[in-house]
Amino acid sequence: MTYGGTGSSGPGAPPVGVPQEAAVEAPPRPIAVAGRRPFGRWGLHIILAIISVIWLLPTVSLLVSSFRPEAAINTTGWWNAFALPFEFTTENYFAVLTRNNLGTSFLNSLIISIPATVIPIMIAAFAAYAFAWMNFPGRDILFVLVVGLLVVPLQAALIPVLQLSVDVGIVGTFPAVWLAHTAFGLPFAIFLLRNFFGAMPREMFESAYIDGATPTTAFFRLAMPLAVPAIASLVIFQFMWVWNDLLVALVLVGGFPQVAPMTVTIANLVDSLGRGWHLLTAAAFISTLLPLLVFFFLQRYFVRGILGGSVKG
Amino acid sequence: MELETLGIAILAVVVVPLVTIAYVVIVEWLIRGLSEKRRAKVRPWLWLLPAFAFLALYLLYPMAQTAFLSLMDRRSRNFIGLDNYIGLFGSNDFWITIVNTGLWIVFFTAVTVAIGLLIAILADRVRYETSVKALIFIPMAISFVAAGVIWKFMYDFDPDAGTLNAALTTVGIEAQSWLTEWPRNTFMIIVVGIWMWVGFALVILSAGLKGISTELLEAARIDGANELQVFRNIILPLLAPTIAVVATTIVITALKTFDLVFVMTSGNFDTEVIASLFYRARFIDGNTGVAAAVAVILLLAIIPVMLINIRRFRAQEAMR
Repeated sequence: MTYGGTGSSGPGAPPVGVPQEAAVEAPPRPIAVAGRRPFGRWGLHIILAIISVIWLLPTVSLLVSSFRPEAAINTTGWWNAFALPFEFTTENYFAVLTRNNLGTSFLNSLIISIPATVIPIMIAAFAAYAFAWMNFPGRDILFVLVVGLLVVPLQAALIPVLQLSVDVGIVGTFPAVWLAHTAFGLPFAIFLLRNFFGAMPREMFESAYIDGATPTTAFFRLAMPLAVPAIASLVIFQFMWVWNDLLVALVLVGGFPQVAPMTVTIANLVDSLGRGWHLLTAAAFISTLLPLLVFFFLQRYFVRGILGGSVKG
Repeated sequence: MELETLGIAILAVVVVPLVTIAYVVIVEWLIRGLSEKRRAKVRPWLWLLPAFAFLALYLLYPMAQTAFLSLMDRRSRNFIGLDNYIGLFGSNDFWITIVNTGLWIVFFTAVTVAIGLLIAILADRVRYETSVKALIFIPMAISFVAAGVIWKFMYDFDPDAGTLNAALTTVGIEAQSWLTEWPRNTFMIIVVGIWMWVGFALVILSAGLKGISTELLEAARIDGANELQVFRNIILPLLAPTIAVVATTIVITALKTFDLVFVMTSGNFDTEVIASLFYRARFIDGNTGVAAAVAVILLLAIIPVMLINIRRFRAQEAMR
């Protein structure tokens, strides 16, 4: 699967000639085809505009509200922010970051997410490489097991995992969450990477081995660099999944505010603040900031990961 | 305290990943003494070892143990046979949970796929397609927790806060309490799920749509087929496999839904679904036996999807 144009026009370059070349994901059909429609061109634009507004409205309401003073939020709707007097403040953000433990939680979310992304992907890459390019008895059956585990709900394992973490004495610490996320993220990572490694040309590995490469060199110098697009999608996926996870964190570190990630802290705030919208909206926006940045800058890999994981799966 | 946090951060971001990467290098060093033939035999198992150790310790063994715990009492002390299941099937709350889960599976899946398909087909005809798709996809990036907060705010009873009630009161309808009455509350939470997941359906269906040849569609139109006929007789059958994949993924999501219900109603007002019932049973009621039984039921519900996945995978492998 290839994305992007075929070269010349760099990112940010003004569209020269055919404007639809600018579309990243897939070039639209020739526009001429779209001439005769059941509800004309204007109808089409209006429907799409309405859908877009509906989809954007909740997020906009969150963003606007998070910058409004508490007094304003409690008396008028967020849409009044655009009428006089324009009252905006960053007080909600300071308040929620310092007084409600959200600053610590933000850091915790990072400390949880980074290893919980790197460890499973590396471990999955080893296994995926073995599945794709090594011979051993039971290979197919073991891989079918991995495919089966793809859809297992983690609830089916959570109680014993909690018990295990208690027994080992890591409940309420970062490693408890790292290890659980590693295990739960493995099936998808192994599946995606094995398919990606497996699609690489056999001759490439054969000639490398003839030149005296060991499997370790072939893995680090050939397979991994060529798998960068797949790994990038996987990194984004796993990171978002861990960053956005509530259940695992709630169960393993839920009772430990100094270790808890943002999702847990915000879920607690929803309970304790009730309708304290000025704080809740700011908190929710802080938690979405990083996923949104990742999404806007790495959208291509994100979409590719979804396509690779689902259409093939 | 601060220094300790910094230490953990460095451990987390630098040391742990490095150790992981070093694993295969160390393994190769360990087996350097063996003959090439024996190394080739041992190596795959060593490369698989970390992954399967995790899968065994954190998924396979716990699944078996969950099944066992579901036959034990609330503190896992005495064997009580199927009593947990019998208790569940005899309770009203459980059946409401099952009905809700069914509503999630049917409506969440059907509406998400339908809207995704509609937007995919409409957006296919305009130049700003990429922007529309990106915009619809945004909610997919945020957490269920954040989405729960956003929509609790949308649904707020006070028309001076909740957007939905504000819109209703503007046209003269009185403000509604969206999240307290069954079954309306379940549908309102499903709407949030739809808002988040349409982007997913859209992206995949849109990619599938691009795979249908323009000539085919044009030929049908030239032969006098109207748009509805083109959709029913060409697009729909050709997209059917893609729709099936999207629908399966969304059904699994429906079965696993927990966070949204937890944040929006805490499972009150009869909004409980099977995955949130699991949490309530174990972590609020403290009944390990019942929670394990709920987890087993959830797993059984997912097994058909698992078998479909395996069969689809086998078919793909055969085509390679």
